[in-house]
Amino acid sequence: MKRISLPLSKQEAEKLKAGDCVLISGTVLTARDCAHKRICELLDGNKNLPFKIEGSVIYYAGPCPAKSDMPSGSCGPTTSARMNAFAPRLLNSGIAAIIGKGEMSDDVRNALIKNRAVYFAAIGGAGALYASKIKRSELIAFDDLLSEGVFELYVEDFPAIVAYDCHGGKIYL
Amino acid sequence: MRKIDCKAIENCIYNLALKACVSLTEPCKKALKSAYANEDGQTCAFALKTLIENCDAAENLNIPVCQDTGMAVVIMEIGQEVYIKGGSLISAVNEGARRAYADGCFRQSICDPLTRVNTGDNTPAALHTEITDGDTVSITFMPKGFGSENTSKIFMLTPSQGTDGIIEVIVETVKLAGSRPCPPVYVGVGKGGRFDTGAYLAKKALARDIGIPSARADIAYIEKEALKRINALGIGCQGFQGKVTALGVTCEWAPTHIAGLPVAVNIQCHCVRCQKAVI
Repeated sequence: MKRISLPLSKQEAEKLKAGDCVLISGTVLTARDCAHKRICELLDGNKNLPFKIEGSVIYYAGPCPAKSDMPSGSCGPTTSARMNAFAPRLLNSGIAAIIGKGEMSDDVRNALIKNRAVYFAAIGGAGALYASKIKRSELIAFDDLLSEGVFELYVEDFPAIVAYDCHGGKIYL
Repeated sequence: MRKIDCKAIENCIYNLALKACVSLTEPCKKALKSAYANEDGQTCAFALKTLIENCDAAENLNIPVCQDTGMAVVIMEIGQEVYIKGGSLISAVNEGARRAYADGCFRQSICDPLTRVNTGDNTPAALHTEITDGDTVSITFMPKGFGSENTSKIFMLTPSQGTDGIIEVIVETVKLAGSRPCPPVYVGVGKGGRFDTGAYLAKKALARDIGIPSARADIAYIEKEALKRINALGIGCQGFQGKVTALGVTCEWAPTHIAGLPVAVNIQCHCVRCQKAVI
């Protein structure tokens, strides 16, 4: 298992190969379908985003509400392919990595190569285990979207697999 | 007539939902352990091990096994000798689900199809009712996630396509779904009936325990053959390329028209969550 501390530099990203098992620690931002739509509308309108996008890691996830004794509720990845339409735009705007689950489009793979970024696959369905890796959680944007808003999560030893590396390598068939 | 109070139904739904979202079914846990034991692919084995650990974590922490606590699918078989008193049955079902999703810290995932505005309490539940003989009410509660639901399909086959055609579309559906529905998947198939019944039968098939074949030999053959061919696809757990792409295939059937052979394939992820009770 390789350990990765965020933020992820381009040099570190280049060392990762599809199939590598990694443990990620650091800050990630959640965003799903509706949040992506809003982020792209703001980018299209040359408006400020409510968070810094350059160098960030976007986690395709929408957590369950947290119980009183935990920072986050269950929080595994959602299907990445639904974000195919948005991901190249965000990659070209400077995000360093995506965490999600399942295959994405060739456009996304090309944008990863172009921007020297990485797509990590978290283990879909492991929401409870991932909740235990989240040490802090704060809803920082689009709170009207409830679980679909943008949460800033601080994760420790978050297990994932490098699904698409920045050299064109992939783990899927 | 046997009288059953709406409050009893509401409480039953509440308790089933609280358990269903936190625990996998016992046959599902067993199937995941067996998949892990049989998997040679290193990455798939890692993913399967993570899923088994996740299942324990969910039960120990008493939090949902998957954050997609789904649409609250309720299948209710109501005996014709039952008189439901004390209010509205539909309201009782929704109230049971609403309370469970709030108290259990389950995700609210229901929204308007166009505006995408969330209803905020995970209602309405997806209630199916059937009238049966007898004086009991059987309730099945299945939280249904949508990563897998999105990869489901309906085929209006012609009678000449027969058994081979049915197996082909089941395997094709899983192949097209690829890594998206969180494999290893559980595949529910509805054969016969009409366009509408096919999908409902496929959903009902998912409420059957993994590993129990159909009582009809010709249907059990389809279940077994389709599973064998799906696992030969090599998609593997999470799409990481391995031996186990599906945990099981179950088929339900209904009489159909002489001109048709509807087949609906409802994909369920590896988080098979289903709880049942009889009042």
